Amino acid sequence: MTEPIIYELSVSGRSAAHLPALDVPPSPLPPAHLLRRELDLPEVSEPDLMRHYVRLSQLNYSVDTGMYPLGSCTMKYNPKVNEDAARIPSLLNVHPLQPAETAQGNLALMYGLQQALAEIGGFAGSSLQPAAGAQGELTGILMIRAWHRARGDTRRQVILVPDSAHGTNPASTSMAGLRAVEIRSDDRGNVDLEALAPHLNDQLAGIMLTNPNTLGLFDEHVCEVCRLVHEAGGLVYGDGANLNALMGIVKPAQLGIDVMHFNLHKTFSTPHGGGGPGAGPVGAGERLVDYLPGPIAVRKEGREGDQARYTLRMPAHSIGRMKAHYGHFAVLVRAYTYMRMLGAEGLRASSEAAVLNANYLQALLRGVFPLPHDRTCMHEFVLEGRLADAPGIRALDIAKRLMDYGYHPPTNYFPLIVPEALMIEPTETESKQELDRFASALRSIAEEARREPELLHNAPISAPVRRLDEVRAARDLVLSWTRPTRPAED
Amino acid sequence: MTYLPLTDRERVEMLARIGVPSTETLFQAVPEEVRYPELRLPAPLSEPEILAELRALGAQNVAVTDRACFLGAGACNHFVPSIVAHITSRSEFYTAYTPYQPEISQGTLQVIFEYQTMIARLTGMDVSNASHYDGATALAESLIMAQGVARGRRSRAVLAPSVNPVYREVARTYLQGTDVEIIDEGCGVTPQDWAAAVDDRTACLVVQTPDFYGRILDLRGIAEAVHARGALLIVLVDPISLGMLVPPGALGADIVIGDGQPLGIGLQYGGPYLGFFACRAEHVRRMSGRVVGQTVDVEGKRGFVMTLVTREQHIRREKATSNICTNQGLNVLAAAVYLSALGRSGLSQVANLCYQRAHYAASAIDALPGYSLDGDGLFFKEFVVHCPLPVQELNRRLLDEFDIIGGLDLSTVEAGRERDMLVCVTEMNPRAQIDRLVAALAEVAK
Repeated sequence: MTEPIIYELSVSGRSAAHLPALDVPPSPLPPAHLLRRELDLPEVSEPDLMRHYVRLSQLNYSVDTGMYPLGSCTMKYNPKVNEDAARIPSLLNVHPLQPAETAQGNLALMYGLQQALAEIGGFAGSSLQPAAGAQGELTGILMIRAWHRARGDTRRQVILVPDSAHGTNPASTSMAGLRAVEIRSDDRGNVDLEALAPHLNDQLAGIMLTNPNTLGLFDEHVCEVCRLVHEAGGLVYGDGANLNALMGIVKPAQLGIDVMHFNLHKTFSTPHGGGGPGAGPVGAGERLVDYLPGPIAVRKEGREGDQARYTLRMPAHSIGRMKAHYGHFAVLVRAYTYMRMLGAEGLRASSEAAVLNANYLQALLRGVFPLPHDRTCMHEFVLEGRLADAPGIRALDIAKRLMDYGYHPPTNYFPLIVPEALMIEPTETESKQELDRFASALRSIAEEARREPELLHNAPISAPVRRLDEVRAARDLVLSWTRPTRPAED
Repeated sequence: MTYLPLTDRERVEMLARIGVPSTETLFQAVPEEVRYPELRLPAPLSEPEILAELRALGAQNVAVTDRACFLGAGACNHFVPSIVAHITSRSEFYTAYTPYQPEISQGTLQVIFEYQTMIARLTGMDVSNASHYDGATALAESLIMAQGVARGRRSRAVLAPSVNPVYREVARTYLQGTDVEIIDEGCGVTPQDWAAAVDDRTACLVVQTPDFYGRILDLRGIAEAVHARGALLIVLVDPISLGMLVPPGALGADIVIGDGQPLGIGLQYGGPYLGFFACRAEHVRRMSGRVVGQTVDVEGKRGFVMTLVTREQHIRREKATSNICTNQGLNVLAAAVYLSALGRSGLSQVANLCYQRAHYAASAIDALPGYSLDGDGLFFKEFVVHCPLPVQELNRRLLDEFDIIGGLDLSTVEAGRERDMLVCVTEMNPRAQIDRLVAALAEVAK
């Protein structure tokens, strides 16, 4: 049974609003031509409203429902204390434009998180402002561009992007007004040094590196690539999407990364919220730290007990504001809580467990599906979702069949350089027993693929809906609900 | 304190299965000289300890809770019905990811579809996307979209000087790598002036109503004038005002944007908020951001999917309409619940409360010796007051002596306006609070 659209539950005259009565003498309204005549919003009672959204929630798979091995998304468990932290009224019910002396607690929290992220990344400083990973990328590329221009170097227009990169990398480069040039990976999944060589010239603005890369592999050439790019006058952007493998294992700046975003919704356990809001703070080394967006929290040198020890300031050569205010503060509170509870040892232990879990699962699945890069992986690995003896089966079929086994599928068809890719990231918060169960589900699906491929082609059968017609959705666009022209027949 | 389930014994078993002697062995690809650095972070805390630390930090803030707050300027203290947090706390919503697998994400997808419907109705537009980060980035993305509609042949964008100054800064940051020229000075003071500044090299005109200073603009004839030049009209609105005021769609707007913070999201010290974004159907393929569409499954049952993905970064890569790959999912849910809870009559009621109380406050302040109201009185919930002393000093006294958070000191965004205060009044400011503000302003002016 399908859940009605909220408008279909609407009955004229109902309301779930409980608002105060007008308590001031009425003033004349604006002239009639400035007033609206109708307002087509739903009219529902509070119980109807609650049940509607509870029923909708039950159509979702979530981390709290089960394992969510979505590669490159780091769907780890979201600790509940983080949620309580982000609802503390004295932190959250503060207006962003209040004077700094009335928001000292929030500024101290932001300063503490800025410092921690800089320390984890090995950077000189960080800005919490970027709203998401993609915005963090745009931030970093704008910073690299601004740095070259400040040196009078306007020829450098090329940003190199490995073919394994997230699609956001080339899109962010274009938005920053620079030109993305793709370079290929070698047969071990590293940046191909031969492909890099011809681009090491005075057109080169920088390179965007994801390390571990989207194959889940630590790039064995990373230091060499950074050195060559720096020698050619370029800078290195680090896509921090995969930092969950590296906390306390290596500081990205020490590999040669000049600027990097952190995905707090991945690495620092803030919930993904059904697609957002996340947070994409950016850390920068000495060369770029003054170009960070802002304002950022700074600690004023002065006496202990000074009334306003923290304030907000724009970095000296800031690229500007990436959004209104200072970042996704409620997300920052959750990440701060996580960082403070784990500390250095807990963060390192989490990265170690993430990598251990991924390698264990990779070992369990070796031989079940083709493993194109059979190396020690980091926090994730990529299988090919195809079988020589089950020719009609594609990665999509395997993904959909996993739903019938009670799992969220892995990322599929990404990275683009692996055919029929299934990108699996178990995260550190899954138990050995859960990994064993997931592996046996995939083994069982591989068997079904050979014996009863229709089970896969028809999957899912147990999800709230069957496979959906995406072509029709794009062709006959229906992007909002329309009231039926005739009353429905009962 | 970690969230790791593995026991030591299980680790040993897992390492044996992998075929390595230790966890450290798994990191051999990391150059040895930089492997296992010292991380200087504060010592770990238990759950009660971190909560105590956070409450102690909170005690160093002045929260709007239980205080009278008259500060707005793009983030306003509106009421959030209890039901909003109860629904957004459902972990099936908040621990899910972007609905890449529609069969097991129908909850999130239908919420977005309902949100798109409500935003389209509220703004009077054909279609809405699944949201941008906030009102400021929605503005920046609307300028990029206008470039796309003009196919890159019109490099100017005229922004009314009364558009939120922070939003204009964000637009400049976004567009610094492009050839787009933002014109937001020297283009006059009325909507007619700004429309006249639109020429055949201009892709769009952006106006805000109610504007940054709270004034309601009369936009009759503006869309026609802008369209006659072949440009788009982009209107930035306060969604609460649309409970009372004519929707921009009815005035001929091509794109309508704004910040959805007032729609059940709360102040949150600046974020996360919600950038809503709606446009005419003819431009939908140039719109950036996620969009959810209705379709059917193989059994003909209604369902929802992310659609128009060929505009997006993971397909189009460097040629995408934007790099955005998420929306403000959970805040979209909050806004959908808020708009459903208030509904037709409730949103009108909130808008009316804001309008009436703001006008009551403005008249009372205008009557005080030394204070005067700026403008002709056509405003919604915010208004500018000329004060007899610098606002910075006035606000300090309001807080210290009367427990009132005063309005915005306009000199923080505009040079030379040290004595101008932007006051915001909402349904959260009952008459007694307004009377207290008026009495306090009279007292500090003595």
